[in-house]
Amino acid sequence: MSTYPLDAVTRQLAVISAGLSTPSSTRLLADRLADATAARLSAEGIDTKTTVIELRDHAMAITSNLISGFASEELEATIESLTGADGAIFCTPIFTTSYSGLFKSFLDVIEPGALAGLPLVIGATGGTERHSLALDYAIRPLFTYHRAVVTPTGVYAATGDWGSSGDGPDSGLSQRIGRAASELAGLMRDSARSHQIRDPFALPAGFSPTGTH
Amino acid sequence: MAAMQFGVFSTGYLPQDPPMTGHAVRTNETIQEIITLARHAEEVGLDVFAIGEHHNQPFFSSSPPVLLAHLAAKTSTLQLSTSSALITTNDPVRLAEEYALLQHLAGGRVDLILGRGNTGPVYPWFGQDIRDGIPLAVENYALLRRLWDEEVVDWEGRFRTPLQGFTSIPRPLDDVPPFVWHGSIRSPEIAEQAAYYGDGYFANNIFFPARHYQKLIGFYRQRFEHYGHGTAAQAIVGLGGHVFIRPSSQDAKAEFLPHFRATPFGQGSTLDSYMEQTPLAVGSPQEIIDRYAGMRDLYGDYQRQLFLLNLPTMSLKTSMEQLDALGEIVPVLRKELDRGRPADIPDAPTHASRVAARLERASDANAQERVMNR
Repeated sequence: MSTYPLDAVTRQLAVISAGLSTPSSTRLLADRLADATAARLSAEGIDTKTTVIELRDHAMAITSNLISGFASEELEATIESLTGADGAIFCTPIFTTSYSGLFKSFLDVIEPGALAGLPLVIGATGGTERHSLALDYAIRPLFTYHRAVVTPTGVYAATGDWGSSGDGPDSGLSQRIGRAASELAGLMRDSARSHQIRDPFALPAGFSPTGTH
Repeated sequence: MAAMQFGVFSTGYLPQDPPMTGHAVRTNETIQEIITLARHAEEVGLDVFAIGEHHNQPFFSSSPPVLLAHLAAKTSTLQLSTSSALITTNDPVRLAEEYALLQHLAGGRVDLILGRGNTGPVYPWFGQDIRDGIPLAVENYALLRRLWDEEVVDWEGRFRTPLQGFTSIPRPLDDVPPFVWHGSIRSPEIAEQAAYYGDGYFANNIFFPARHYQKLIGFYRQRFEHYGHGTAAQAIVGLGGHVFIRPSSQDAKAEFLPHFRATPFGQGSTLDSYMEQTPLAVGSPQEIIDRYAGMRDLYGDYQRQLFLLNLPTMSLKTSMEQLDALGEIVPVLRKELDRGRPADIPDAPTHASRVAARLERASDANAQERVMNR
């Protein structure tokens, strides 16, 4: 069994929900994924510090950032809580066959490379099961571009999945949440991202101020 | 000699409206207006005028050395600079020669702020590729440096034909090349190169929040000290800024708002929040003074403060009035920023100060030689 230094028994989890209504089923899915992940880490003696980011609270700041080219102080701090996390959960409603515009805009204002190596689970909600593949044809490639580590299991929750009769511990949704959470917890356990110091001024290897290589 | 230089900079933007006046007429008017404004900057007591370089619409300023040579003849004290000159798409040999000639014509009143240019399509017009932007800037500047500092240059690099036994002409005035500021918005490579050569670092400062530039300038200062040019506090820093001044704060905001809305950066946020987050200051003279007197608390003691000359939607009359207003607040700012400035902080570099420093170095070297020969 791996041992960790004392100060490393906590893992940071960032939970991003692009749900627009309150209460939102997207947020509900995100919370269930977060709780299941924390429970698995806890079983290994690791505490989870969870930060929930509701994109609707940052909608104006995200749009401003797209136009002005910089993030407000609050949005910048929010993005840093994501990029410095050990793992993340990204949930979006499916709008018009794909991720919501706000979800995409948020990913558009994150610096290329800032999510590299970040373990994460993708989740989506929709009115019908027919859009479940949006997870794999639309959302997964976004994170491939960002070079994040996406768990093999993504979780799609349709309206039908929330039905009371099927919502017990043995339902399909609960099983999918459990599987995704196990995969994420495994990756987060081995992550040192939140303990790393990132140098924003790191020069490329071999850089010479006189132009010689 | 002034501890700090104050001035104005223009990108060289050509207003597209009103179309009724005809494009050709408008182009000529705008260029003549720039000359009028630059001369007025000298009249109201500003130290520096800087013009940008662009090769795409809607700009007119394709050749800063031509425009600045004209201004050199029309002014007598104004320091002439660029905002910025392109170090990527220009051949460093041409830069070395044109700005050295300009330096002679202007009696040394010339320095450069260098930039990369961020418009992808422009690069191939000059046989380059924006994806090489940083390596191009770094290599081209290293060559420019040698062309000015060394009489005969043998050189081979990645981006232009090799040089064998080449001497760029004319040689710099008094063998002291124009001072160089490296302009950068985000790349640590450029700050690193500025620090390596002991050159100035200019943060345009107008598009991003102060906290962004604080980090970048802090990095440059630290590297300046690392390379042995002085302490971090002694590094040569220039800042851009943007102000609009009227006797009352309310009038300033009301008048500025439509101009702000017409800019690309004026559409994403309210004027108040943009002012809060960037160095844009719109208000009464005292408000502007308070804001800019506080700059050194953010960035340390610095050497040059430039303000954006105007916005393309402003009339010549408004732009002239803004220069008048700047002329009134700058003496106060000089006093404010001079108060408590440590004695070992260098003044803004000028040709005269650099010639003096060179003579001092030469006499030190002579003295050392005499000691060695004894």
